[in-house]
Amino acid sequence: MSAVLSPTVSRLGVRSVFGRRRGVLLYVLPVVLVGLAALVRGLVGDDLLAAQHTLQGLGLVVVVPLVALLATTGLFSPEIDDGSIAYLLAKPVRRHTIVLSKLVVAWGCAVAFGVVPVLVAGLVLRPSDPAFGLGFALGALAGGLAYCVLFALLSVLSRHAVIIGLVYLLIWESLLGGLLDGVRWLSVGRWSQAIAEPVADVSLVDKLGAGYSVVATLVVVVIGTWLTSRRLRAFNLTGDE
Amino acid sequence: MTSLVLEHVSRWFRNVVAVNDMSMTIGPGITGLLGPNGAGKSTLIALMSGFLAPSAGSVTLDGEPLWRNESVYRRIGLVPEREALFDYLTGRQFVVANAELHGLVDPGAAAAAAVALVEMTDAQDRAISTYSKGMRQRIKMASALVHEPEVLLLDEPFNGMDPRQRLHLMDLLRAMGAEGRTVLFSSHILEEVEQVARQIEVVVAGRHAASGDFGAIRRLMTDRPNRFVIRTSDDRVLASVLLADPSVRGVRLRSEGGIEVEASDFGRFSEVLPRAAREHRVRLLEVSPTDESLESVFAYLVAP
Repeated sequence: MSAVLSPTVSRLGVRSVFGRRRGVLLYVLPVVLVGLAALVRGLVGDDLLAAQHTLQGLGLVVVVPLVALLATTGLFSPEIDDGSIAYLLAKPVRRHTIVLSKLVVAWGCAVAFGVVPVLVAGLVLRPSDPAFGLGFALGALAGGLAYCVLFALLSVLSRHAVIIGLVYLLIWESLLGGLLDGVRWLSVGRWSQAIAEPVADVSLVDKLGAGYSVVATLVVVVIGTWLTSRRLRAFNLTGDE
Repeated sequence: MTSLVLEHVSRWFRNVVAVNDMSMTIGPGITGLLGPNGAGKSTLIALMSGFLAPSAGSVTLDGEPLWRNESVYRRIGLVPEREALFDYLTGRQFVVANAELHGLVDPGAAAAAAVALVEMTDAQDRAISTYSKGMRQRIKMASALVHEPEVLLLDEPFNGMDPRQRLHLMDLLRAMGAEGRTVLFSSHILEEVEQVARQIEVVVAGRHAASGDFGAIRRLMTDRPNRFVIRTSDDRVLASVLLADPSVRGVRLRSEGGIEVEASDFGRFSEVLPRAAREHRVRLLEVSPTDESLESVFAYLVAP
Protein backbone atom coordinates (compact mmCIF):
# COMPACT_ATOMS: atom_id res chain seq x y z
CA MET A 1 0.00 0.00 0.00
CA SER A 2 2.79 2.37 0.83
CA ALA A 3 5.13 1.45 -2.02
CA VAL A 4 5.74 4.26 -4.49
CA LEU A 5 6.09 1.87 -7.40
CA SER A 6 4.37 -1.40 -8.22
CA PRO A 7 6.55 -3.79 -10.24
CA THR A 8 3.39 -5.62 -11.29
CA VAL A 9 1.83 -2.52 -12.84
CA SER A 10 5.10 -1.68 -14.60
CA ARG A 11 5.50 -5.23 -15.90
CA LEU A 12 1.97 -5.25 -17.27
CA GLY A 13 2.67 -1.81 -18.74
CA VAL A 14 5.74 -3.01 -20.64
CA ARG A 15 3.74 -5.87 -22.09
CA SER A 16 0.89 -3.62 -23.10
CA VAL A 17 3.23 -1.22 -24.96
CA PHE A 18 5.10 -3.91 -26.82
CA GLY A 19 2.26 -6.39 -27.08
CA ARG A 20 0.38 -4.17 -29.51
CA ARG A 21 1.09 -3.52 -33.12
CA ARG A 22 1.71 0.17 -32.74
CA GLY A 23 4.61 -0.65 -30.42
CA VAL A 24 6.54 -1.31 -33.64
CA LEU A 25 6.37 2.42 -34.46
CA LEU A 26 8.55 3.02 -31.42
CA TYR A 27 11.40 1.28 -33.24
CA VAL A 28 10.79 3.08 -36.53
CA LEU A 29 11.16 6.66 -35.24
CA PRO A 30 14.72 6.33 -33.83
CA VAL A 31 15.85 4.45 -36.93
CA VAL A 32 14.58 7.32 -39.09
CA LEU A 33 16.37 9.88 -36.89
CA VAL A 34 19.73 8.12 -36.83
CA GLY A 35 19.41 7.22 -40.53
CA LEU A 36 18.73 10.82 -41.47
CA ALA A 37 21.62 12.00 -39.30
CA ALA A 38 23.95 9.64 -41.16
CA LEU A 39 22.58 10.90 -44.47
CA VAL A 40 23.11 14.57 -43.51
CA ARG A 41 26.60 13.78 -42.31
CA GLY A 42 27.36 12.00 -45.58
CA LEU A 43 25.97 14.82 -47.72
CA VAL A 44 27.19 17.98 -45.95
CA GLY A 45 29.94 16.71 -43.66
CA ASP A 46 30.55 17.93 -40.11
CA ASP A 47 28.42 21.07 -40.31
CA LEU A 48 27.14 22.78 -37.15
CA LEU A 49 24.05 24.38 -38.65
CA ALA A 50 22.89 21.27 -40.52
CA ALA A 51 23.47 19.15 -37.42
CA GLN A 52 21.60 21.62 -35.27
CA HIS A 53 18.61 21.71 -37.64
CA THR A 54 18.44 17.92 -37.78
CA LEU A 55 18.50 17.39 -34.02
CA GLN A 56 16.17 20.30 -33.31
CA GLY A 57 13.70 19.90 -36.19
CA LEU A 58 13.51 16.13 -36.26
CA GLY A 59 14.81 15.01 -32.85
CA LEU A 60 13.34 17.40 -30.32
CA VAL A 61 10.29 18.51 -32.31
CA VAL A 62 9.19 15.22 -33.91
CA VAL A 63 10.78 12.05 -32.53
CA VAL A 64 10.77 12.81 -28.78
CA PRO A 65 7.13 13.99 -28.57
CA LEU A 66 5.88 11.21 -30.84
CA VAL A 67 7.70 8.50 -28.87
CA ALA A 68 6.24 9.96 -25.67
CA LEU A 69 2.76 10.07 -27.22
CA LEU A 70 2.89 6.49 -28.52
CA ALA A 71 4.32 5.00 -25.36
CA THR A 72 2.15 6.89 -22.89
CA THR A 73 -1.18 6.54 -24.65
CA GLY A 74 -0.34 2.88 -25.27
CA LEU A 75 0.00 2.47 -21.51
CA PHE A 76 -3.19 4.21 -20.48
CA SER A 77 -5.74 4.53 -23.29
CA PRO A 78 -6.47 0.92 -24.32
CA GLU A 79 -7.11 -0.16 -20.73
CA ILE A 80 -9.39 2.80 -20.14
CA ASP A 81 -11.20 2.27 -23.45
CA ASP A 82 -12.00 -1.38 -22.84
CA GLY A 83 -12.49 -1.06 -19.10
CA SER A 84 -9.75 -3.53 -18.19
CA ILE A 85 -8.10 -0.82 -16.06
CA ALA A 86 -10.76 -1.83 -13.52
CA TYR A 87 -8.57 -4.83 -12.64
CA LEU A 88 -5.75 -2.46 -11.66
CA LEU A 89 -8.03 -0.03 -9.89
CA ALA A 90 -10.04 -2.57 -7.89
CA LYS A 91 -6.97 -3.15 -5.75
CA PRO A 92 -5.72 -1.64 -2.51
CA VAL A 93 -2.98 0.17 -4.42
CA ARG A 94 -2.60 3.94 -4.24
CA ARG A 95 -3.53 5.71 -7.42
CA HIS A 96 -0.27 7.61 -7.61
CA THR A 97 1.54 4.28 -7.36
CA ILE A 98 -0.35 3.06 -10.42
CA VAL A 99 0.31 6.30 -12.32
CA LEU A 100 4.01 6.45 -11.39
CA SER A 101 4.55 2.77 -12.19
CA LYS A 102 3.11 3.32 -15.65
CA LEU A 103 5.00 6.59 -16.11
CA VAL A 104 8.28 4.86 -15.29
CA VAL A 105 7.65 2.59 -18.28
CA ALA A 106 6.74 5.57 -20.47
CA TRP A 107 9.85 7.45 -19.36
CA GLY A 108 11.94 4.35 -20.03
CA CYS A 109 10.56 4.27 -23.58
CA ALA A 110 11.26 7.99 -24.00
CA VAL A 111 14.87 7.42 -22.96
CA ALA A 112 15.39 4.29 -25.03
CA PHE A 113 13.61 5.47 -28.18
CA GLY A 114 14.04 9.26 -27.86
CA VAL A 115 16.99 10.37 -25.73
CA VAL A 116 19.48 7.66 -26.73
CA PRO A 117 18.76 8.02 -30.48
CA VAL A 118 19.20 11.81 -30.17
CA LEU A 119 22.55 11.24 -28.47
CA VAL A 120 23.61 8.75 -31.13
CA ALA A 121 22.45 11.05 -33.93
CA GLY A 122 24.42 13.90 -32.32
CA LEU A 123 27.57 11.79 -32.24
CA VAL A 124 27.04 10.77 -35.85
CA LEU A 125 26.52 14.37 -36.94
CA ARG A 126 29.37 15.89 -34.93
CA PRO A 127 31.78 13.19 -33.75
CA SER A 128 34.35 15.88 -32.93
CA ASP A 129 32.06 17.51 -30.36
CA PRO A 130 30.41 15.03 -27.95
CA ALA A 131 28.98 17.88 -25.84
CA PHE A 132 26.80 18.78 -28.83
CA GLY A 133 24.98 15.46 -28.79
CA LEU A 134 24.91 15.40 -24.99
CA GLY A 135 23.24 18.81 -24.84
CA PHE A 136 20.49 17.76 -27.22
CA ALA A 137 20.11 14.49 -25.30
CA LEU A 138 19.54 16.46 -22.09
CA GLY A 139 16.95 18.56 -23.86
CA ALA A 140 15.33 15.38 -25.17
CA LEU A 141 15.28 13.95 -21.65
CA ALA A 142 13.52 17.01 -20.21
CA GLY A 143 11.04 17.07 -23.10
CA GLY A 144 10.42 13.32 -22.84
CA LEU A 145 9.69 13.48 -19.12
CA ALA A 146 7.23 16.35 -19.48
CA TYR A 147 5.52 15.07 -22.63
CA CYS A 148 4.88 11.64 -21.05
CA VAL A 149 3.19 13.27 -18.07
CA LEU A 150 1.09 15.56 -20.27
CA PHE A 151 -0.06 12.66 -22.44
CA ALA A 152 -0.80 10.52 -19.36
CA LEU A 153 -3.05 13.27 -18.07
CA LEU A 154 -4.65 13.57 -21.48
CA SER A 155 -5.28 9.79 -21.55
CA VAL A 156 -7.17 9.80 -18.28
CA LEU A 157 -9.14 12.89 -19.24
CA SER A 158 -10.25 11.94 -22.74
CA ARG A 159 -10.91 8.89 -24.83
CA HIS A 160 -9.37 10.68 -27.80
CA ALA A 161 -5.97 11.22 -26.23
CA VAL A 162 -3.96 10.33 -29.36
CA ILE A 163 -5.86 12.75 -31.60
CA ILE A 164 -5.83 15.57 -29.06
CA GLY A 165 -2.14 14.89 -28.41
CA LEU A 166 -1.32 15.14 -32.11
CA VAL A 167 -3.37 18.31 -32.51
CA TYR A 168 -1.62 19.81 -29.49
CA LEU A 169 1.79 18.95 -30.96
CA LEU A 170 0.94 20.33 -34.39
CA ILE A 171 -0.98 23.45 -33.40
CA TRP A 172 0.53 24.55 -30.11
CA GLU A 173 4.08 23.23 -30.18
CA SER A 174 4.78 23.58 -33.90
CA LEU A 175 2.51 26.16 -35.51
CA LEU A 176 1.80 28.66 -32.73
CA GLY A 177 5.21 28.05 -31.18
CA GLY A 178 6.75 29.23 -34.46
CA LEU A 179 4.37 32.16 -35.01
CA LEU A 180 3.91 33.63 -31.56
CA ASP A 181 6.94 34.48 -29.52
CA GLY A 182 5.16 34.30 -26.17
CA VAL A 183 4.29 30.62 -26.57
CA ARG A 184 7.87 29.77 -25.59
CA TRP A 185 7.01 30.36 -21.92
CA LEU A 186 4.41 27.60 -22.08
CA SER A 187 5.92 25.19 -24.56
CA VAL A 188 7.48 21.89 -23.51
CA GLY A 189 9.29 21.78 -26.84
CA ARG A 190 10.82 25.24 -26.40
CA TRP A 191 11.91 24.38 -22.86
CA SER A 192 13.67 21.26 -24.05
CA GLN A 193 15.49 23.32 -26.69
CA ALA A 194 16.48 25.91 -24.10
CA ILE A 195 17.83 23.14 -21.87
CA ALA A 196 19.89 21.77 -24.77
CA GLU A 197 21.45 25.18 -25.51
CA PRO A 198 24.10 25.72 -22.80
CA VAL A 199 25.59 22.21 -22.97
CA ALA A 200 25.47 21.88 -26.76
CA ASP A 201 26.65 25.48 -27.06
CA VAL A 202 24.08 26.43 -29.69
CA SER A 203 21.35 29.05 -29.92
CA LEU A 204 17.87 27.60 -30.55
CA VAL A 205 15.34 29.83 -28.79
CA ASP A 206 15.52 33.54 -28.05
CA LYS A 207 15.10 34.95 -24.60
CA LEU A 208 14.36 31.73 -22.72
CA GLY A 209 16.67 30.66 -19.95
CA ALA A 210 17.65 27.07 -19.27
CA GLY A 211 16.98 27.66 -15.56
CA TYR A 212 13.39 28.69 -16.17
CA SER A 213 12.95 25.73 -18.52
CA VAL A 214 14.22 23.18 -15.98
CA VAL A 215 11.88 24.55 -13.31
CA ALA A 216 8.92 24.69 -15.72
CA THR A 217 9.56 21.10 -16.81
CA LEU A 218 9.66 19.92 -13.21
CA VAL A 219 6.46 21.79 -12.41
CA VAL A 220 4.68 20.11 -15.33
CA VAL A 221 5.97 16.69 -14.26
CA VAL A 222 4.93 17.06 -10.62
CA ILE A 223 1.56 18.74 -11.14
CA GLY A 224 0.68 16.57 -14.13
CA THR A 225 1.43 13.37 -12.22
CA TRP A 226 -0.61 14.57 -9.28
CA LEU A 227 -3.57 15.53 -11.47
CA THR A 228 -3.43 12.19 -13.31
CA SER A 229 -3.52 10.28 -10.01
CA ARG A 230 -6.35 12.43 -8.76
CA ARG A 231 -8.35 11.84 -11.89
CA LEU A 232 -7.76 8.08 -11.71
CA ARG A 233 -8.97 8.08 -8.14
CA ALA A 234 -12.33 9.26 -9.39
CA PHE A 235 -12.49 6.81 -12.25
CA ASN A 236 -16.02 5.98 -13.37
CA LEU A 237 -16.61 2.47 -14.49
CA THR A 238 -20.00 2.48 -16.04
CA GLY A 239 -21.50 -0.34 -17.95
CA ASP A 240 -23.41 -0.07 -21.20
CA GLU A 241 -26.19 1.95 -19.63
CA MET B 1 -20.75 -9.43 9.65
CA THR B 2 -20.12 -7.50 6.48
CA SER B 3 -22.85 -5.39 5.06
CA LEU B 4 -23.05 -3.09 2.14
CA VAL B 5 -25.51 -0.31 2.82
CA LEU B 6 -27.13 2.02 0.31
CA GLU B 7 -29.00 4.95 1.80
CA HIS B 8 -31.22 7.04 -0.45
CA VAL B 9 -28.77 6.64 -3.29
CA SER B 10 -29.44 8.40 -6.56
CA ARG B 11 -27.19 8.66 -9.55
CA TRP B 12 -27.88 10.70 -12.60
CA PHE B 13 -25.91 11.25 -15.78
CA ARG B 14 -26.70 14.77 -16.94
CA ASN B 15 -30.49 14.67 -17.20
CA VAL B 16 -30.89 10.88 -17.16
CA VAL B 17 -31.61 9.29 -13.81
CA ALA B 18 -29.99 5.85 -13.72
CA VAL B 19 -30.61 5.10 -10.04
CA ASN B 20 -33.46 6.79 -8.26
CA ASP B 21 -33.47 7.05 -4.46
CA MET B 22 -32.61 3.45 -3.61
CA SER B 23 -32.02 2.16 -0.13
CA MET B 24 -30.96 -1.41 0.53
CA THR B 25 -28.73 -3.43 2.78
CA ILE B 26 -26.80 -6.32 1.31
CA GLY B 27 -25.76 -8.70 4.05
CA PRO B 28 -23.94 -12.04 4.21
CA GLY B 29 -25.30 -14.74 1.95
CA ILE B 30 -26.30 -14.48 -1.69
CA THR B 31 -28.35 -11.61 -3.00
CA GLY B 32 -29.66 -11.52 -6.53
CA LEU B 33 -30.04 -8.17 -8.26
CA LEU B 34 -32.80 -8.71 -10.78
CA GLY B 35 -33.99 -6.34 -13.45
CA PRO B 36 -34.39 -5.92 -17.20
CA ASN B 37 -31.52 -4.57 -19.28
CA GLY B 38 -31.02 -0.88 -18.73
CA ALA B 39 -32.67 -0.92 -15.31
CA GLY B 40 -29.59 0.43 -13.57
CA LYS B 41 -28.03 -2.82 -12.36
CA SER B 42 -24.56 -2.03 -13.68
CA THR B 43 -24.77 1.49 -12.29
CA LEU B 44 -25.68 0.04 -8.90
CA ILE B 45 -22.77 -2.38 -8.98
CA ALA B 46 -20.42 0.45 -9.98
CA LEU B 47 -21.72 2.43 -6.99
CA MET B 48 -21.28 -0.57 -4.70
CA SER B 49 -17.72 -1.19 -5.88
CA GLY B 50 -16.50 2.39 -5.58
CA PHE B 51 -16.32 3.00 -9.31
CA LEU B 52 -18.98 5.65 -9.34
CA ALA B 53 -19.87 8.44 -6.94
CA PRO B 54 -23.49 8.66 -5.89
CA SER B 55 -25.08 11.95 -6.98
CA ALA B 56 -27.04 11.87 -3.71
CA GLY B 57 -27.13 9.53 -0.72
CA SER B 58 -24.38 7.26 0.54
CA VAL B 59 -22.91 3.84 -0.18
CA THR B 60 -20.90 2.31 2.64
CA LEU B 61 -19.26 -0.98 3.55
CA ASP B 62 -19.54 -1.44 7.31
CA GLY B 63 -19.68 2.32 7.64
CA GLU B 64 -16.72 3.05 5.36
CA PRO B 65 -17.43 4.99 2.17
CA LEU B 66 -16.67 3.16 -1.09
CA TRP B 67 -15.92 6.18 -3.27
CA ARG B 68 -12.31 7.36 -3.39
CA ASN B 69 -11.28 4.76 -0.88
CA GLU B 70 -8.99 2.18 -2.46
CA SER B 71 -8.41 0.36 0.84
CA VAL B 72 -11.90 -1.20 0.59
CA TYR B 73 -10.64 -3.39 -2.25
CA ARG B 74 -8.89 -5.58 0.32
CA ARG B 75 -12.39 -6.73 1.22
CA ILE B 76 -14.14 -6.59 -2.15
CA GLY B 77 -13.85 -8.80 -5.20
CA LEU B 78 -15.37 -7.41 -8.38
CA VAL B 79 -16.31 -9.29 -11.54
CA PRO B 80 -17.19 -6.61 -14.12
CA GLU B 81 -19.57 -7.28 -16.94
CA ARG B 82 -17.25 -6.15 -19.70
CA GLU B 83 -15.22 -8.90 -21.20
CA ALA B 84 -12.04 -6.99 -21.85
CA LEU B 85 -9.08 -8.49 -20.07
CA PHE B 86 -5.35 -8.36 -20.46
CA ASP B 87 -5.51 -10.46 -23.61
CA TYR B 88 -1.76 -10.70 -24.05
CA LEU B 89 -1.35 -12.54 -20.73
CA THR B 90 -2.07 -16.17 -20.00
CA GLY B 91 -4.83 -16.92 -17.53
CA ARG B 92 -2.31 -17.80 -14.86
CA GLN B 93 -0.23 -14.64 -15.39
CA PHE B 94 -3.39 -12.55 -15.14
CA VAL B 95 -4.51 -14.09 -11.86
CA VAL B 96 -0.98 -13.95 -10.41
CA ALA B 97 -0.80 -10.24 -11.31
CA ASN B 98 -4.08 -9.69 -9.48
CA ALA B 99 -2.70 -11.54 -6.45
CA GLU B 100 0.47 -9.42 -6.51
CA LEU B 101 -1.54 -6.21 -6.69
CA HIS B 102 -3.38 -7.31 -3.58
CA GLY B 103 -0.02 -7.67 -1.90
CA LEU B 104 -0.57 -11.33 -1.03
CA VAL B 105 2.31 -13.15 0.61
CA ASP B 106 2.38 -16.03 -1.86
CA PRO B 107 0.76 -14.79 -5.08
CA GLY B 108 1.59 -17.97 -7.00
CA ALA B 109 -0.14 -20.27 -4.53
CA ALA B 110 -3.15 -17.98 -4.12
CA ALA B 111 -3.52 -17.76 -7.89
CA ALA B 112 -3.23 -21.54 -8.30
CA ALA B 113 -5.95 -22.06 -5.69
CA ALA B 114 -8.28 -19.52 -7.32
CA VAL B 115 -7.69 -20.96 -10.78
CA ALA B 116 -8.43 -24.46 -9.47
CA LEU B 117 -11.60 -23.22 -7.80
CA VAL B 118 -13.02 -22.06 -11.14
CA GLU B 119 -11.74 -25.20 -12.90
CA MET B 120 -9.38 -23.40 -15.22
CA THR B 121 -6.20 -25.24 -14.29
CA ASP B 122 -5.99 -27.01 -17.65
CA ALA B 123 -6.25 -23.80 -19.67
CA GLN B 124 -4.26 -21.53 -17.37
CA ASP B 125 -1.16 -21.40 -19.56
CA ARG B 126 -2.99 -20.36 -22.71
CA ALA B 127 -3.21 -16.71 -23.73
CA ILE B 128 -6.47 -15.10 -22.64
CA SER B 129 -7.05 -14.01 -26.25
CA THR B 130 -7.77 -17.66 -27.09
CA TYR B 131 -10.40 -18.08 -24.36
CA SER B 132 -14.11 -18.58 -24.98
CA LYS B 133 -16.67 -16.33 -23.34
CA GLY B 134 -17.28 -18.79 -20.52
CA MET B 135 -13.56 -19.23 -19.88
CA ARG B 136 -13.08 -15.47 -19.71
CA GLN B 137 -15.90 -15.29 -17.22
CA ARG B 138 -14.24 -17.93 -15.08
CA ILE B 139 -10.79 -16.36 -15.18
CA LYS B 140 -12.38 -13.02 -14.23
CA MET B 141 -13.99 -14.86 -11.34
CA ALA B 142 -10.61 -16.31 -10.29
CA SER B 143 -9.06 -12.83 -10.34
CA ALA B 144 -11.83 -11.56 -8.07
CA LEU B 145 -11.50 -14.49 -5.64
CA VAL B 146 -7.75 -14.58 -5.38
CA HIS B 147 -7.62 -12.54 -2.15
CA GLU B 148 -10.61 -14.37 -0.62
CA PRO B 149 -12.76 -11.24 -0.29
CA GLU B 150 -15.57 -10.86 2.21
CA VAL B 151 -17.69 -9.22 -0.44
CA LEU B 152 -18.06 -10.47 -3.98
CA LEU B 153 -19.85 -8.37 -6.59
CA LEU B 154 -20.64 -9.92 -9.96
CA ASP B 155 -22.20 -8.11 -12.91
CA GLU B 156 -24.17 -10.54 -15.12
CA PRO B 157 -21.82 -13.46 -14.35
CA PHE B 158 -23.87 -16.08 -16.14
CA ASN B 159 -23.81 -14.32 -19.50
CA GLY B 160 -22.21 -16.46 -22.17
CA MET B 161 -21.89 -19.56 -20.03
CA ASP B 162 -23.03 -22.95 -21.16
CA PRO B 163 -25.39 -24.89 -18.85
CA ARG B 164 -22.63 -26.93 -17.24
CA GLN B 165 -20.50 -23.86 -16.49
CA ARG B 166 -23.60 -22.12 -15.21
CA LEU B 167 -24.30 -24.92 -12.73
CA HIS B 168 -20.69 -24.91 -11.63
CA LEU B 169 -20.71 -21.18 -11.01
CA MET B 170 -24.00 -21.49 -9.14
CA ASP B 171 -22.43 -24.10 -6.86
CA LEU B 172 -19.43 -21.88 -6.35
CA LEU B 173 -21.59 -18.90 -5.40
CA ARG B 174 -23.67 -21.05 -3.05
CA ALA B 175 -20.49 -22.26 -1.37
CA MET B 176 -19.26 -18.69 -0.94
CA GLY B 177 -22.60 -17.62 0.48
CA ALA B 178 -22.58 -20.58 2.87
CA GLU B 179 -19.14 -19.50 4.12
CA GLY B 180 -20.76 -16.27 5.25
CA ARG B 181 -19.44 -14.04 2.50
CA THR B 182 -21.57 -11.27 1.13
CA VAL B 183 -22.24 -12.18 -2.50
CA LEU B 184 -24.26 -10.03 -4.88
CA PHE B 185 -24.84 -10.82 -8.53
CA SER B 186 -26.99 -9.21 -11.18
CA SER B 187 -29.09 -10.91 -13.79
CA HIS B 188 -32.08 -10.21 -15.99
CA ILE B 189 -33.35 -13.79 -15.77
CA LEU B 190 -35.68 -14.65 -12.89
CA GLU B 191 -35.05 -18.40 -13.05
CA GLU B 192 -31.31 -17.85 -12.80
CA VAL B 193 -31.60 -15.63 -9.76
CA GLU B 194 -34.12 -17.89 -8.10
CA GLN B 195 -31.84 -20.91 -8.31
CA VAL B 196 -29.05 -19.30 -6.34
CA ALA B 197 -30.27 -16.40 -4.29
CA ARG B 198 -32.60 -16.43 -1.34
CA GLN B 199 -32.72 -12.67 -1.14
CA ILE B 200 -33.74 -10.83 -4.28
CA GLU B 201 -33.68 -7.11 -5.01
CA VAL B 202 -35.66 -6.12 -8.07
CA VAL B 203 -34.79 -2.92 -9.90
CA VAL B 204 -36.77 -1.51 -12.79
CA ALA B 205 -36.10 1.74 -14.62
CA GLY B 206 -33.76 2.97 -11.90
CA ARG B 207 -36.18 2.30 -9.09
CA HIS B 208 -36.12 -0.31 -6.35
CA ALA B 209 -39.26 -2.21 -7.32
CA ALA B 210 -39.30 -5.06 -4.83
CA SER B 211 -37.16 -6.68 -2.22
CA GLY B 212 -37.54 -9.97 -0.44
CA ASP B 213 -37.19 -13.67 -0.33
CA PHE B 214 -37.45 -15.44 -3.70
CA GLY B 215 -40.83 -17.00 -2.88
CA ALA B 216 -42.39 -13.60 -2.30
CA ILE B 217 -40.88 -12.20 -5.48
CA ARG B 218 -42.04 -15.23 -7.47
CA ARG B 219 -45.60 -14.74 -6.20
CA LEU B 220 -45.49 -11.06 -7.03
CA MET B 221 -44.46 -11.92 -10.53
CA THR B 222 -46.88 -14.74 -11.25
CA ASP B 223 -49.97 -13.48 -9.43
CA ARG B 224 -50.38 -10.57 -11.74
CA PRO B 225 -53.25 -10.50 -14.25
CA ASN B 226 -52.33 -12.34 -17.44
CA ARG B 227 -53.60 -11.31 -20.85
CA PHE B 228 -54.21 -13.69 -23.72
CA VAL B 229 -55.38 -13.39 -27.27
CA ILE B 230 -57.53 -16.39 -28.24
CA ARG B 231 -58.76 -17.18 -31.72
CA THR B 232 -61.57 -19.70 -31.86
CA SER B 233 -64.23 -21.12 -34.13
CA ASP B 234 -66.88 -19.19 -32.18
CA ASP B 235 -65.52 -16.17 -30.37
CA ARG B 236 -68.83 -14.93 -28.96
CA VAL B 237 -69.81 -18.21 -27.30
CA LEU B 238 -66.45 -18.75 -25.67
CA ALA B 239 -66.30 -15.12 -24.55
CA SER B 240 -69.63 -15.39 -22.73
CA VAL B 241 -68.66 -18.68 -21.08
CA LEU B 242 -65.28 -17.40 -19.92
CA LEU B 243 -66.76 -14.23 -18.49
CA ALA B 244 -68.90 -16.36 -16.17
CA ASP B 245 -65.81 -17.86 -14.55
CA PRO B 246 -64.26 -16.12 -11.50
CA SER B 247 -60.72 -16.58 -12.83
CA VAL B 248 -61.47 -14.15 -15.64
CA ARG B 249 -61.52 -10.43 -15.07
CA GLY B 250 -62.47 -9.24 -18.49
CA VAL B 251 -63.12 -10.32 -22.06
CA ARG B 252 -63.14 -8.18 -25.16
CA LEU B 253 -64.13 -9.08 -28.69
CA ARG B 254 -61.50 -7.82 -31.05
CA SER B 255 -62.67 -6.10 -34.20
CA GLU B 256 -60.12 -8.03 -36.25
CA GLY B 257 -61.41 -11.36 -34.87
CA GLY B 258 -60.48 -13.32 -31.78
CA ILE B 259 -60.98 -12.38 -28.15
CA GLU B 260 -58.78 -10.76 -25.59
CA VAL B 261 -58.98 -12.25 -22.11
CA GLU B 262 -57.58 -10.93 -18.86
CA ALA B 263 -57.21 -13.68 -16.28
CA SER B 264 -56.53 -12.96 -12.63
CA ASP B 265 -55.76 -16.51 -11.57
CA PHE B 266 -53.46 -18.08 -14.09
CA GLY B 267 -53.54 -21.60 -12.61
CA ARG B 268 -57.31 -21.82 -12.61
CA PHE B 269 -57.68 -20.16 -15.99
CA SER B 270 -55.41 -22.69 -17.65
CA GLU B 271 -57.81 -25.45 -16.53
CA VAL B 272 -61.01 -23.57 -17.25
CA LEU B 273 -60.20 -22.59 -20.81
CA PRO B 274 -59.84 -26.05 -22.40
CA ARG B 275 -62.77 -27.45 -20.39
CA ALA B 276 -65.09 -24.62 -21.45
CA ALA B 277 -64.04 -24.99 -25.07
CA ARG B 278 -64.73 -28.71 -25.05
CA GLU B 279 -68.09 -28.42 -23.31
CA HIS B 280 -69.35 -25.81 -25.76
CA ARG B 281 -67.72 -27.40 -28.81
CA VAL B 282 -65.62 -24.38 -29.61
CA ARG B 283 -62.37 -25.06 -31.38
CA LEU B 284 -59.36 -23.20 -30.03
CA LEU B 285 -57.28 -22.07 -32.98
CA GLU B 286 -54.73 -20.01 -31.10
CA VAL B 287 -53.97 -19.11 -27.48
CA SER B 288 -51.16 -16.68 -27.03
CA PRO B 289 -50.10 -14.63 -24.03
CA THR B 290 -49.69 -10.99 -24.99
CA ASP B 291 -47.49 -9.74 -22.19
CA GLU B 292 -45.17 -12.52 -21.17
CA SER B 293 -42.05 -10.52 -21.81
CA LEU B 294 -39.95 -9.88 -18.76
CA GLU B 295 -40.30 -6.15 -19.35
CA SER B 296 -44.05 -6.36 -18.90
CA VAL B 297 -43.63 -8.41 -15.74
CA PHE B 298 -41.32 -5.75 -14.37
CA ALA B 299 -43.60 -2.98 -15.58
CA TYR B 300 -46.39 -4.56 -13.58
CA LEU B 301 -44.22 -4.59 -10.46
CA VAL B 302 -43.53 -0.88 -10.62
CA ALA B 303 -47.03 0.14 -11.68
CA PRO B 304 -48.42 2.55 -9.06
